[in-house]
Amino acid sequence: MNLKPETIEKIDKLVPRYPTVRSAALPLCHLVQEDQGYLSQEAMEWIAERLGLQPINIIEIVTFYPMLRTEPTGEYHVRVCRTLPCALAGAYQTCKSFEKEFGCKVGHTSEDGKVTLEFVECHADCGKGPVVMVGEDEYTDIDPEKAAEMATKMKNGEFPKGL
Amino acid sequence: MAPQETRLIFKHIDEEGYTNDIDCYVKNGGYEQLKKAVTMKPEDICAEVLTSGVRGRGGAGFPAGMKWKFLDRKSGKPIYLVCNADESEPGTFKDRQIIHQDPHQLIEGMMCAAFAIQAKLAFIYIRGEFFQGYKILERAIEEAREKNFLGDNILGSGYSCDIIVHRGAGAYICGEETGLIESLEGFRANPRIKPPYFPAALGAYQCPTIVNNVETLCDVKHIIEMGGEGFAKIGTPGNTGTRIWCVSGHVQKPGYYEFACSDVTLGQLIYDVCGGLKPGRKLKAVIPGGSSAKILRADERFTGKLKDGTEFDWGIEDIPMDFDSLMAVGSMSGSGGVIVMDDTTDMVEALANINYFYAHESCGQCTPCREGVPWMRKVTQRMVDGEAREEDADLLKSIADQIAGRTICAFGEAASWPVQSFIAKFKDEFVEKAKEQAARRKEGQEVAKETTLI
Repeated sequence: MNLKPETIEKIDKLVPRYPTVRSAALPLCHLVQEDQGYLSQEAMEWIAERLGLQPINIIEIVTFYPMLRTEPTGEYHVRVCRTLPCALAGAYQTCKSFEKEFGCKVGHTSEDGKVTLEFVECHADCGKGPVVMVGEDEYTDIDPEKAAEMATKMKNGEFPKGL
Repeated sequence: MAPQETRLIFKHIDEEGYTNDIDCYVKNGGYEQLKKAVTMKPEDICAEVLTSGVRGRGGAGFPAGMKWKFLDRKSGKPIYLVCNADESEPGTFKDRQIIHQDPHQLIEGMMCAAFAIQAKLAFIYIRGEFFQGYKILERAIEEAREKNFLGDNILGSGYSCDIIVHRGAGAYICGEETGLIESLEGFRANPRIKPPYFPAALGAYQCPTIVNNVETLCDVKHIIEMGGEGFAKIGTPGNTGTRIWCVSGHVQKPGYYEFACSDVTLGQLIYDVCGGLKPGRKLKAVIPGGSSAKILRADERFTGKLKDGTEFDWGIEDIPMDFDSLMAVGSMSGSGGVIVMDDTTDMVEALANINYFYAHESCGQCTPCREGVPWMRKVTQRMVDGEAREEDADLLKSIADQIAGRTICAFGEAASWPVQSFIAKFKDEFVEKAKEQAARRKEGQEVAKETTLI
């Protein structure tokens, strides 16, 4: 495992703060995923080893929580909220606009690896729907036209990746 | 005239020039209540919270002071405080504003609560999607530590407590307090079997634990400031304090609005506060307390008796926004997420959207929920895909009836209530959907209509 020194430092600081070592499992998944982009088999085994757990203890967490990934995303990770308040504001049309621009179906990564387009559930900003996340950045009130503009910029590499 | 907001918790939200750093907070009187709290007896703070009558703002509306009373103090085990910042009930976006714009209010409220219950350690369980919020809280905690508002020997009181911000990872079930605790301990967030009914008896790490919502913990700060009795003067008896209503859906001005309990009716909230509906549209339905709450139909009459015996006869617009009134009309105030739907809304699609959510979020522990909720999703999806059957409404109700009350946690109800209430109030539309499709099939037309909500 080739983790960045700052990730190792964060991990070493975090683990002893918890009453039990196992409590650090989910935070470590986050930190390693942020470092590597996703959680490979090797990464999950490394986390287990670091916490004195079995690999299955980590795998069962990774397969439970939607935000943890076992595969890398495209260069841009676009998440469109599809839950009712965003849907009432037109989120499905927004998503269709992204699909058209990227030439890729929701739930997939474009063939050129540029973008992963996903539906996600409520992001708790329902007053400003449709809500879209690019990486860790949130964008609100994204109608189909705005989505098309964002997509064009992403295709040209002119949009922040939100990492 | 639009009714006046009472901004207690949201006093500084969206205020020009107000920043989320500690200097701004202190300049505006911040941490004065914590200074006061550490000079009080912990049991006196608990008594004030009980007197205040403050009810949990996360969904269930259970009196917070009572929850604290259930703490097992005899075991000698450490006590933990957990702030539930998983804010995941669709339609709810209040905690986000507090975390982003006024994080120190939450930290002060938490430290007051932690001191009152003599917690050894406190956690903020924040939803994973709040990347920004997580960073803001981490920074705010460091600022508070530097000023000795948390950490060792807080303000020279001899009391020590730290806060750990723990990130979730996209699972709705972590909002359920025992699921949250499992997640905190490093497991899948499968809610725990009850009893014990309250983590106050047995919670995180098998120790007594208090889990409170962000808004509830902020209320604690204000209860110390104005005293339990002072706080109880806001709102009405049994419905004390303010509530932050998050309005989304088909209104002109969606947003968050804080009112004293009962100070605003649903009609005033929609028409006077949120600017009403789009031109030419009519109100069709409202889900008043997050997507789990039972839907209310715009042309219903609500009659019955309140807890105190008062008889009521309300149209949807007359319903006072508080815990007991919304419960009396057969729904709930839940987490304060008001989802408004106008007459362009296809109710089958809306339910299909909700069922998609709950099927996605079931933790899979209990069979009725794991199997039943995806089944309900399948039925509503089939209906919008052009294969609706006239008996589907009854089928959906029958599935929902077999889930509710048969699961370890309240998710079973949360997933069933929308189905039960949509069928109870809009059954005609579900039957009509099947008839329409049959007619189109007969005429050789495309059977399924283009959908917008699923």
